[in-house]
Amino acid sequence: MIPAQFDYVRASSVDEAVAALAEHGDEAKVMAGGQSLIPLLRLRLSYPEVVVDVGRVAEMAGVREDGAHLVIGAMTTHHEVIHNELIRRHCGLIAEATETVADPAVRHRGTFGGALAHADPAGDLPAVALALDAEMVIAGSGGRRTVPAEEFFLDYLQTAVQPDEVLVEVRVPKLGEGWGYRYEKFHRVAQSWAIVGVAAAVRRSNGTIAEARVGLTNMGSTPVRASGVEEALNGASLERIGEAADRAAEGTSAPSDLNGKADYREHLARVLTRRAVTAAAGS
Amino acid sequence: MTATTEAPAPEVPGRQNVVGTPLRRKEDARLVTGRTRWTDSVAAPGLLHVVILRSPMAHARLTRVDVSGALQRPGIVAAYTGLDLVDDFGGLPTAWTVSEDLKTPSHFPVARDVVRYVGDAVAVVVASSHDAAVDAMEAIEVDYEPLPAVLDMEQAMADGSPLVHDDIGTNTCFTYHEEHGSYQASKAKADVLLTRRYVNQRLIPNAMEPRSVVVDPTGAADSFTIWSSTQVPHFVRIFMALVCGIPEHKIRVIAPDVGGGFGSKLDIYAEEAICLGLAKRLHRPVKWTASRSEDYQATIHGRDVIQDVEIAATSDGKMLGLRVDLLTDMGAYLQLLTPSIALLGRYMYPAIYKFETHSFHCTGVFSNKTPTDAYRGAGRPEATFAIERAVDDLAAHLHLDPIELRRRNWITHDEFPYTTVCGLEYDSGNYEAATDKALELFGYDALRAEQAERRRSNDPVQLGIGVSTYTEMCGLAPSRWLGEQGYVAGGWERATVRMTPLGKVEVVSGTSPHGQGHATTFSQIAADALGVPFEDVEVIVNDTAAVPWGLDTYGSRSLVVGGTAVRRAAEGVVEKAKLLAAHLFEADPADLEFDSGTFRVKGTPSATKTIQELAFASFTSHTMAEGSDAILTADHLVDPETFSFPHGTHLCAVEVDTETGMTKIRRYVCVDDIGKVVNPMIVEGQVHGGVAQGIAQALYEEAVYDDAGNLVTGSLVDYLVPAAPDLPTFETDRTETPSTTNPLGVKGVGEAGTIASTPAVVNAVVDALRHLGVDDVRMACTPERVWRAIHGARGSDDPAPAGSVVYGGATTETTAGGRLT
Ligand SMILES: Cc1cc2nc3c(=O)[nH]c(=O)nc-3n(C[C@H](O)[C@H](O)[C@H](O)COP(=O)(O)OP(=O)(O)OC[C@H]3O[C@@H](n4cnc5c(N)ncnc54)[C@H](O)[C@@H]3O)c2cc1C
Repeated sequence: MIPAQFDYVRASSVDEAVAALAEHGDEAKVMAGGQSLIPLLRLRLSYPEVVVDVGRVAEMAGVREDGAHLVIGAMTTHHEVIHNELIRRHCGLIAEATETVADPAVRHRGTFGGALAHADPAGDLPAVALALDAEMVIAGSGGRRTVPAEEFFLDYLQTAVQPDEVLVEVRVPKLGEGWGYRYEKFHRVAQSWAIVGVAAAVRRSNGTIAEARVGLTNMGSTPVRASGVEEALNGASLERIGEAADRAAEGTSAPSDLNGKADYREHLARVLTRRAVTAAAGS
Repeated sequence: MTATTEAPAPEVPGRQNVVGTPLRRKEDARLVTGRTRWTDSVAAPGLLHVVILRSPMAHARLTRVDVSGALQRPGIVAAYTGLDLVDDFGGLPTAWTVSEDLKTPSHFPVARDVVRYVGDAVAVVVASSHDAAVDAMEAIEVDYEPLPAVLDMEQAMADGSPLVHDDIGTNTCFTYHEEHGSYQASKAKADVLLTRRYVNQRLIPNAMEPRSVVVDPTGAADSFTIWSSTQVPHFVRIFMALVCGIPEHKIRVIAPDVGGGFGSKLDIYAEEAICLGLAKRLHRPVKWTASRSEDYQATIHGRDVIQDVEIAATSDGKMLGLRVDLLTDMGAYLQLLTPSIALLGRYMYPAIYKFETHSFHCTGVFSNKTPTDAYRGAGRPEATFAIERAVDDLAAHLHLDPIELRRRNWITHDEFPYTTVCGLEYDSGNYEAATDKALELFGYDALRAEQAERRRSNDPVQLGIGVSTYTEMCGLAPSRWLGEQGYVAGGWERATVRMTPLGKVEVVSGTSPHGQGHATTFSQIAADALGVPFEDVEVIVNDTAAVPWGLDTYGSRSLVVGGTAVRRAAEGVVEKAKLLAAHLFEADPADLEFDSGTFRVKGTPSATKTIQELAFASFTSHTMAEGSDAILTADHLVDPETFSFPHGTHLCAVEVDTETGMTKIRRYVCVDDIGKVVNPMIVEGQVHGGVAQGIAQALYEEAVYDDAGNLVTGSLVDYLVPAAPDLPTFETDRTETPSTTNPLGVKGVGEAGTIASTPAVVNAVVDALRHLGVDDVRMACTPERVWRAIHGARGSDDPAPAGSVVYGGATTETTAGGRLT
């Protein structure tokens, strides 16, 4: 299949990208790595008149430290994320989850920001961003604004990024001493999407769980925070992990599709949460 | 002889035979680097591009198809509806009349009034570029008046069901029945009756290269050259002549390098007729190439058989009688071999076992889905799955080890040749030897001990062991047998072997490689027969102008039948060369000996002639023997006397995570007996690929339609084809019991791995869970199905919700499976 005709604009700065979007409005579409957008164009499920390529905007790429945060440029590719020292040291959960994304070819082109802006509930990175309390820095003609992850993912393939805006970078609080993490992805073949995924970060203190953050992939139309589990784990001993994990499906609305009906996904969420939290707690 | 007629001194060092050695494939450098020509890369001056608008409805009446909008678009040359093209081609053929009651519906390349599956062609667009054609296609307007879709085989046969073909008046395409002895008598003697329903789900073949056709009408003398990504160029020529009304001698068909087929390109397709018809109408070369998702809808599917199986046995494990009742989904139309596929497998239900009686019944059913046809193994994987699943289930019921039950029933090596209950004579085999070797490689006893331990400790990860001791019948096929079966063609194969003036060799074979490595294998055979270097042999195939006679490649026939023809033709060349050598030596041919490419006069060591020297002498023809001619060439046509019966033992160990339902293959051991081996590396490749495809059916692949008849698994995103990371290391070995029915002693290996592996894997999955009360898991054994099977067995859940997308939208899923009585 081939896409319908469109015009192509390559932006070299955030301002240029924003200006192009302002000019073309709803008819324009931002392209990052193109790994999700191009399939949509090829299948003619999306018909933008203008594609604004931000893939080479230097200020949107790379990883830097900013005090207690890491700042990850939206155009940082999955491959770069996996091999980035800062990310591995301070936000290893992101690297671990990104390793499970697709295959090497896709990981060399697909980007961290693209994956978040695409907001596929089966994508692995939105749940991770949510679990880590990441913040998204979004630029539009009116300037920049910062949106916390809880307010970023609005619905299936829908985020707080407006048609005339771009996601510039993502600020992620560093995980400090005492934190462990695990991304449990359940899928049938190596390069397929998650049927269910669980991102867990756990801080241990004196043999108990002092704090836990759990994000769920593909358990609703957006990534979901398993707050029931987090609450039950707060101050809990390691023996209580199973019991806490039993609350993983609370408040979710899992889809039913080829890979699993909702009840099976709910069951998987419980099992995988137990496994992820147990591993993150280092036991 | 004078110096001028001396052959250019060929170097023939003492040569070693190459048959039996793992030579690298000649064709791989070209294929792997892409420096070759696929159909889609064929270019012709003035080439036009064809795209096809396909029905999004499973069943609908076309009340309006208006292509006028498309004609306004830039770059458009033409656009046609099915009714515009009634004079360009007729219906597509079915080659196998399997029964007297067979109903063959009209099947036009472009639908005329009713569409019958999602993907049925509705209109065609021809443009100067592919892009322009795709854009213009969006401007075609079609009004569909929906008709009820027929999707479930059992409902399709019920009274009052909507019909796929109104004019036929029934959804039953054919019924077939065969009795071998009195099954009822066996049943009366039996004290154990195993009754089971197994389901072979619908699969989508995934040749790496999607289908593609180019037709150039600008050849000399008003002839047409068709390039097609096909397994059967010779059949395409014959049938295109019939479908398009173009004289056969005006059609040349070339199958350039073809990127896999697995049976899916063993067919005559609508697009071949469309392109030929359009090229003729427009007097311009045209090309059509499928996208992957288009291929998913418009290329045949495989399997889709519901199997009711009953074994009548004694409680001490003697299997007496076998009853099989099949429902097999034809899809919306009959493609080339559609109705014959399940029947090709019918002799394989009794498999390697000494049943006294066998009752076989089969019903073909139309549905509003893509037609089914041959897919790697074609009927035999289905049969092997059912019998090997049933034998494992019976063993469990009798508390016998599954190997032990097989030992009590299989044909022993001293009983060959053996005539089975179906009347088929197996020439050779040694099931004991292959099984013993496999058990040893596998470490069967240790794995059984580990399984017991995991059961005892209630490990969340359970271990299961599955067995499959298959045989199959391949090497299609004796022409007389095919005639008796109602097939329109024969099963012979032909080869020409000729020496060129400078001493090289050309092998012309009527088989049609599409990835298997014929060029390598046939070169090995010819090189040894003629005593020439392997590199000096060229294999010419896949072009009806260069290879006028051939019946192409399918059914693991190329080596067994085609290779035999190559060997015999090469021997013919040696015979002719010998006459010439004798003439030149002025010796009696009987006094000549031939070794490693050189003729010698016995007792006169200095009198030698190489076959290359003789090729040149024959070319110059300055002095010729009586009865020899200018070219050292010989033909041979082989019509096989019977089938080839490879066999083997496949053992699979799986770990099943009972919490998630995930299955992981831990060990996969197979010992195949395919007789003599020409190239062990190619054999290994065929086994690996075959086993991978069989595992894919067991665990991953499944074509799913929703209740409106949409193909939900419409791309590689949803139709899960496993890749290397998902598959285990295959531990392969062989035993070698030569076939006695061909001079090479070979048996086919193209399908064996696929036939054998599926039941080994599913048996392993069930074996892991049997102690939890599970006695079947439907394929593909997805984690969800496994999980539901465990929960269903515990009585805590509905194991298979009817009509849910997850379960294929077909209520056959919930049709009660049989139980032990
Ligand atoms: C075969 C395959 C397998 C895959 N498997 C997985 C998997 O297992 N797990 C997984 O998580 N993902 C998977 N993906 C998706 C992959 O991670 C994509 O790279 C990612 O979803 C999108 O990133 P991208 O940079 O390619 O974005 P693009 O495709 O360029 O864009 C995606 C969408 O986001 C918008 N967008 C992108 N960047 C911005 C921005 N800076 N500002 C505003 N809007 C923006 C675009 O307009 C578009 O709508 C797979 C993809 C493929 C092709």
